[in-house]
Amino acid sequence: MKFLLVEDNVELANAVISRIKMDGHVIDHAEKIEDAKLFSDTGEYDLILLDIMLPDGDGRSFLEHHRARNRNTPVIVLTARSEVSDRISLLDLGADDYMTKPFDHAELQARCRAVLRRNHGSSQPVITIGDVRFDPVAGQVLVQGTPVKLRNRELRLFELLINAPNQIFSKQKLFDRLFSFDDDVSENAIEVYIGRLRKHLDGSNVTITTLRGLGYRLDVK
Amino acid sequence: MRNIILLIFLAAANLVQAQDWEDRKLFGPSNAQQVLRVLSSTDVVYLDTVLSDFVRTVDGAQIEYLVTGTADINDIIRKDPDAYDVVISSAMDLQVKLTNDGFAKPLRTIERPDWMQWRQSLFGFSAEPAAIVVNTAAFKDLGLPRTRQELISLFRAEPDLFRDKIATYDIRRSGLGYFFATQDARASETFWRFTEVIGNLGTRLYCCSGEMITAVAKGDVLVAYNVLGSYAATQALADPRIQVIVPEDFATTMMRTIFVTRNTSRPKLAESFVAHLLEAAESREPVDRLQLPPLESEAGRELQKVVPLEPSLMIYLDRLSRKAFTLEWESAIIQ
Amino acid sequence: MNDQNGDKVNIAGSLRNTLMISLIGGALVLAVILYLVVRTYAAQIAQSTQDRILSASVTSILDAAAIRNEALSVELPYSAFSILSTQADDRFFYAIHQDGRFLSGYEHMVFTETPNGQMKFYAGRYDGSDLRIATGSRRLVGANGQTTLTVSVAQGQQSLAGVLNRISRNAGLLGFGFFALMTLLSLWLTYATIAPLTRLAASVQRRGPEDLRPVAAPVPAEMAPLVGSLNSFMRRLAHSLDQSEEFIAEAAHRVRTPLATVRSYAETTLQRVDKLENRQALRAMVRAIDESSRAAGQLLDHAMITFRADHLRRSKLDLAEVTGDLIRAMRPLADMKDVDLDLSATQQVWIEGDAILLQNALRNLVDNALKYAPAESVIQIIVSDDPANIRVQDSGPGFPQDEIPDLSTRFTRGSNAAETIGSGLGLTIAQDVAVAHGGTLILTNRKEGGACATLSF
Repeated sequence: MKFLLVEDNVELANAVISRIKMDGHVIDHAEKIEDAKLFSDTGEYDLILLDIMLPDGDGRSFLEHHRARNRNTPVIVLTARSEVSDRISLLDLGADDYMTKPFDHAELQARCRAVLRRNHGSSQPVITIGDVRFDPVAGQVLVQGTPVKLRNRELRLFELLINAPNQIFSKQKLFDRLFSFDDDVSENAIEVYIGRLRKHLDGSNVTITTLRGLGYRLDVK
Repeated sequence: MRNIILLIFLAAANLVQAQDWEDRKLFGPSNAQQVLRVLSSTDVVYLDTVLSDFVRTVDGAQIEYLVTGTADINDIIRKDPDAYDVVISSAMDLQVKLTNDGFAKPLRTIERPDWMQWRQSLFGFSAEPAAIVVNTAAFKDLGLPRTRQELISLFRAEPDLFRDKIATYDIRRSGLGYFFATQDARASETFWRFTEVIGNLGTRLYCCSGEMITAVAKGDVLVAYNVLGSYAATQALADPRIQVIVPEDFATTMMRTIFVTRNTSRPKLAESFVAHLLEAAESREPVDRLQLPPLESEAGRELQKVVPLEPSLMIYLDRLSRKAFTLEWESAIIQ
Repeated sequence: MNDQNGDKVNIAGSLRNTLMISLIGGALVLAVILYLVVRTYAAQIAQSTQDRILSASVTSILDAAAIRNEALSVELPYSAFSILSTQADDRFFYAIHQDGRFLSGYEHMVFTETPNGQMKFYAGRYDGSDLRIATGSRRLVGANGQTTLTVSVAQGQQSLAGVLNRISRNAGLLGFGFFALMTLLSLWLTYATIAPLTRLAASVQRRGPEDLRPVAAPVPAEMAPLVGSLNSFMRRLAHSLDQSEEFIAEAAHRVRTPLATVRSYAETTLQRVDKLENRQALRAMVRAIDESSRAAGQLLDHAMITFRADHLRRSKLDLAEVTGDLIRAMRPLADMKDVDLDLSATQQVWIEGDAILLQNALRNLVDNALKYAPAESVIQIIVSDDPANIRVQDSGPGFPQDEIPDLSTRFTRGSNAAETIGSGLGLTIAQDVAVAHGGTLILTNRKEGGACATLSF
């Protein structure tokens, strides 16, 4: 996916950028509204992350500009202001969602997916491995053409694995992605979700292999 | 017994006062608790019914009715105002002056029109015109004169017939005569002309109405001028020799008046007596309790020329005025 | 801000009363003066009328005097007495003296000698009556020399007293009428004067608390400084309110942005660190950041809510719709925990309120539920009417029964929340919002387990 991050705080921007890149996405960064307008007018983005307080004005003016040009790239506003004062006007101006800083990346991803799902638009292709098809935007898994109902965490776990088949994921890595920091569960909880995923993939030629001491890997038989 | 002695004593005291009453009559029970002393110039016969009625209606009241002349009444009241409770007199001027001089007591419960009362103290209760009394026989062929003018014409036409046959009050001796004369003089210019005419004819002067009427009846005089009408009318009823004429041009009319003395010891009784008398004078129904001519209504008053109760009546009591008027009268009548 | 002393006004006197008392008091004084002046003047006129009559009487008697045959002759004219007739039948007395020698009338009447041709008026008493006396004299010349005639006429004052009483009564009525009229006028005047003030007060009172526009309606010139000050005060208030709102927003921004930076770095770093101690340290760090950012957020929210609750912007809104919007926004968060948000809002529920505050309150309640709800459980959000209320039910551990009364107090957290991030302000915020809307927050535990928080309006 291709993101545009409009954020004047370079430190924060860098942190966000490296985190997003880590997930394998592409991200452009604009520090000012001027730059942001330029980027959004010239480039194609799946999603814009917009800070509200910018040195050359209010992020809302970018939103207006953006919507005035009929660009339907969804915008998620990142705000450090009180939710109480900003929210309604932001949504009125055409932001698709908003998040308060500091934000959880998992939540950001979840919201991105939700927004993209609503907007039915993404450069992300449908992934096919063996007889399993996965639509990351719709969050849909088809096993031999039959839709399988996955819970959110199962879906996220499956997405992690399917995005890098044959790669080994350590338990900790999966845990970090699946659970938020206030979830008080042990890393062994991952085993439960792996177990559930295996049950969903029953009958297909895709399996999850346990590599003792190392982690898990998605394989095609 | 003791009461009798007391009565004798009181009678003696009255005698000591040396007051000669023309008449004196007691009404009501002799053992009454309160005695109302009425000093009057009106003969008791006129008020008999009213007085009897009063003592009958009021328990324990006696009236001592004392009759004397108007001048006497004036003198008595001025000398001994507290000895009498009610004063009735036909001399309006004297009554007014007594009232003005504070001898009368205001009676708040009695309401009368202005001209019938003065200072709420003095009340008129009869209207009595000055009349002309003529000898019936003498006037049989002449026709009865209706006005003073007609009378003057008659005198002028028949001077010999009337010479020394005309009578009127000697105003120097009669208060009423003086009163009638002054009112006549005030009412009409005719008076002085008339006086001169009768003066020329040698008018005889009398002190009292009674004498004049008797003289007319006997034919000593043929005409008596300014005789008290009520008095004459009573006489005429019984005596066909005389006739009473109330002049139609104007009839000087006096009122009998009544007041309660200022320091009366029986104010309530006196006031109710006055009310009783006025009431009797006003309503002649069912029986005529008051043998005196009634006060006419407002309309009748104009013709009657009732002398109103006014302080100006006092003017003729003034020594100087009296002297001046008498002088003029004398020069007109005595020739 | 809105404590009890705030609404209490220190009152000293009343403009209306002062105005009314001054006007009516003034009217009373004027009425009394009017009464006195009219009475005095009328009394003078009445007295002078009596004097003129007495004078006419005296003069007519003097004029009637003549010397005839070398003797003084006075024939009193009838009019000399008849003009003295009065309504009250006043007594009258007179005395005629020639060269100081009593001639006629009332001998004992006391009078004052007056020079020839003059007339004197004075008060006197005779026989217990108050009298007004006029005395005049005239010199007559005859053949035997000259003689002086003095005439005094006295009249009682009863009729005059009657006239004076009538005049007094009429003057009194006049004074009273004047007073009554002036009182009515005063009432009207007071009303008319106070009316603009009352109107201004009413128009200011009628405004919503957030309406800080200047007063535009025309006011009398005298009120211009007050209204000017009021307008300027409101402008400054509006400005300072804007500033505090701005300040809160700025504060939030300043606190949260660095926290966001640190958190992002910590998260990124966590992905690269394998060693258990380091991972635990990083996780602890992130949790601490979350805690402090949430605390800061809630503190600022709370400040914002307190600020907004003071001048609540009410508008008619559908509680079901407001709740739906919020639940949609929170669903991704719930999904991450595999918790279902089950919204049951079958009908429109209309209330007057501030949507942002209501959503914030509800967010805190749902946040709480999300925190304590076990994974893959359901949180029920039920909107119903009569009375309008929103129930948030979870299947978590529920509220500690004995702490329920204290839970919505600032910074109190349930004793079983030790491991859960949260500042403890969530319930306080929800409670404040409920109270600002004239409602309540009711915390209960469900029989089948789990907490139930109800916002009721």
